[in-house]
Amino acid sequence: MSKEPAAPPFTPPDAPPALELRGIDKRFGLVHANRAITFSVAAGSIHGLIGENGAGKSTLMNIVYGFHRADAGEIRVHGRTVEIGSPQEAIATGIGMVHQHFMLVENFTVLENVVLGVEGGAFLLGGLTAARAELGRLARNYGLEVPLDTVVSELSVGLQQRVEILKALYRGAEVLILDEPTAVLTPHEADQLFTMLRRLRAQGKAVILVTHKLREIMAVTDRVTVMKQGAVVAEVATCETTPRRLAEHMVGRAVLLHIEKRPAQLGASLLTVKKLEVRDRLGVVRLKNVSFNLRAGEIVGIAGVAGNGQSELLEVLAGTRAPSHGEISFGGCDLVREQLDPRARRALGLAHVPEDRLRMGVVVEFSAADNAMLGYHDAARFNRGGLRDEAAIRAACAEKMTEYDVRPCQPELRLAAFSGGNQQKLVLAREIDADPKVLLIGQPTRGVDIGAIEFIHKQLIALRDAGKALLLVSVELDEILALADRILVMNAGEIIGELARADATEEKIGLMMAGVRAEASS
Amino acid sequence: METYTLIVLLLAATIRVATPLLLASMAGLFSERAGVIDLGLEGKMLGAAFAAAAVSAVTGSVWLGLGAGILTAVALALVIGYACITHRGNQVVAGMAVTIMVVGLGPTLGLAWFNLGGQTPQLDGVGQRFTGLVWPWAQTAREVPLPGLLYAELISGQNLLVYFAAGLVPFSAWIFYRTRFGLRLRAVGENPHAVDTAGISVNGLRYQAVIISGVLCGFAGTYLSTAASSGFVRDMTAGKGYLALAALIFGKWRPWPTLWACLLFAFTDALATRLQGLVLPVVGVVPVQFILALPYVLTVLLLAGFVGQAVAPKAIGMPYSKEK
Repeated sequence: MSKEPAAPPFTPPDAPPALELRGIDKRFGLVHANRAITFSVAAGSIHGLIGENGAGKSTLMNIVYGFHRADAGEIRVHGRTVEIGSPQEAIATGIGMVHQHFMLVENFTVLENVVLGVEGGAFLLGGLTAARAELGRLARNYGLEVPLDTVVSELSVGLQQRVEILKALYRGAEVLILDEPTAVLTPHEADQLFTMLRRLRAQGKAVILVTHKLREIMAVTDRVTVMKQGAVVAEVATCETTPRRLAEHMVGRAVLLHIEKRPAQLGASLLTVKKLEVRDRLGVVRLKNVSFNLRAGEIVGIAGVAGNGQSELLEVLAGTRAPSHGEISFGGCDLVREQLDPRARRALGLAHVPEDRLRMGVVVEFSAADNAMLGYHDAARFNRGGLRDEAAIRAACAEKMTEYDVRPCQPELRLAAFSGGNQQKLVLAREIDADPKVLLIGQPTRGVDIGAIEFIHKQLIALRDAGKALLLVSVELDEILALADRILVMNAGEIIGELARADATEEKIGLMMAGVRAEASS
Repeated sequence: METYTLIVLLLAATIRVATPLLLASMAGLFSERAGVIDLGLEGKMLGAAFAAAAVSAVTGSVWLGLGAGILTAVALALVIGYACITHRGNQVVAGMAVTIMVVGLGPTLGLAWFNLGGQTPQLDGVGQRFTGLVWPWAQTAREVPLPGLLYAELISGQNLLVYFAAGLVPFSAWIFYRTRFGLRLRAVGENPHAVDTAGISVNGLRYQAVIISGVLCGFAGTYLSTAASSGFVRDMTAGKGYLALAALIFGKWRPWPTLWACLLFAFTDALATRLQGLVLPVVGVVPVQFILALPYVLTVLLLAGFVGQAVAPKAIGMPYSKEK
């Protein structure tokens, strides 16, 4: 995180809050998404809104931005009560929002994206010229330089986010809501974003940062509101709290943020990858010259910004994608030359928890019991006389559910009815249950709440201590640092550097993630 | 001189065939750029052709016929809109359903009203059809070999709807790329979420697009039954709606390239007509079925091989709901 001192917040002494919510209540059918929420943000401050998935943060912000209408409660902007029934009205009252999934038209230029909805007249020419001048002014004031005539899809994710912020400012936003803004950024880009947010604060804007990352809350906010199960459970000044206390508020019990682990007991080499190369359908090199080996009793973490070849690496190892050349030695044979399919690889003891759970790991329309045996459906214990042994399948699932604390413990329930964390626990249980020698695991805690993260991390470390080898791919740097014994950093399809856990710092990894090679500095 | 005449006549036939194709393609362009697949083109055109011919036959005014054609096509477009936009139904199914319905409904109503085996009465009265407008000095110009003949046969002598179709291309291009409405329309076909968060009604825009598509289909259908021929005949669109859709894809959902695609398809069609009875050295007389199949074979080849990466509007075919 950036070390620059926080500028003193700009707050006129007796000004009303920029945004004030009183008793906001919202139900979706049986779900009570927001319970009598009262919340206020001063002009010239950065306010964190934190909570687990499903705590009601997004619902609350969507109410403020006019996507949903509250059942009860009042919204005040600069002391005036306002009715916000649509994004249009939110914009008119000076509220801007940067969504987690960018709301940009990818084949439009930056300029076209910014003016969409506020074109300033039926014909584009005049409006665009005026917008260009105004954007130049905003860019200078806030340090938001973006090439205006570039097509958005050609911009980096960090710059696309900047376009989103510009869009809000161009519409005159005084209150800026950012929903999980750092999910897609490198640490360096995140720092740049925070610098920008501090500049906005200095100009008197109110910024609301919605996140589940404690680190960011501590780094940039002035105050923080914690939500749990639709209600506000704490509101404190950031300087008076600690990450541990915030996590306790979020989960409702003490949580281990750093899991203790013994030093790795390294065993024999289990998996060796040599000069792996992958080209996609268009012939673009996605993975180039990747070599490493994995030993029993260690967790090797692959760090990198999403889309730098990690997914391809996992797919090649798991057998769902063929490399253009290279070799993968595992269990005494070369998986590439033998062209073993995923099932054969699993049989050899190479299990895989895919990155994209919903697309590759489970079938949410199936019951939990069916999902708990997907891929192992031919195993003798699930079949009897050529037919499925329903009782055995359900019993096996119930057993896994108890062991892995999957709630609710109902094997017949459709998987879609479970939360992300519980789905992931079930997938993990399924793969670990097969007693693999090597476990490939991608984004183990994507869409998983803090309580379940703790559980999953403990399981992974237990697996390591049992002498298995784990290859962990994660875009969450914290997760890599918490679990890995050795860290490989990927950039543009290459392994750009390797660090032992003891030598790894966020700065070093961050630089490598951005493509700076290590040798010069060390 | 003989060759000149042949070529000019071929081009004149091209224009006749291209006009309804172009009108329908532009209709599809508006709908599809807004994100609504327009498989109802065929049905809307056919419905308009029937309504225009019927009203023109009864009232004796082709202008009232045109109005009826437009109203019918818009009504059918609104049915598709209601199913796909308001109720987020499947766009392919809705479009096909309307087409299938009209294919049966037109002749049925025709039989009930006119008792002519499902056709409408022959339009032979004054003012019952759109006829060619002869431009000044056209007859004199015919004497001058090439430019004069072109003027007389291609520029002059077309009916109003042809000129309307020709003007529609630059006008659509201007709408799409130079106006607020066009910007929003393109945006809603690419990322409706962006449009919604910008405070613009996604459904409102899509309804406007669908209605414009209806209006243009009205013109296309009216052309078929009151300009290209004199009355409605069962299945008279003969797949032109789908051909227009192919031209739209071939033209990568852009006005000008779509115009060239329509002209190309029309030219092969005109050529096929000319080539009937062609005698080739070895084969002898080429079977007429083969010649008639040429435009369609060409369409398939072009679409399969030469379009390259046709990038469709990203949100096409996807009903919009606020939830991701």
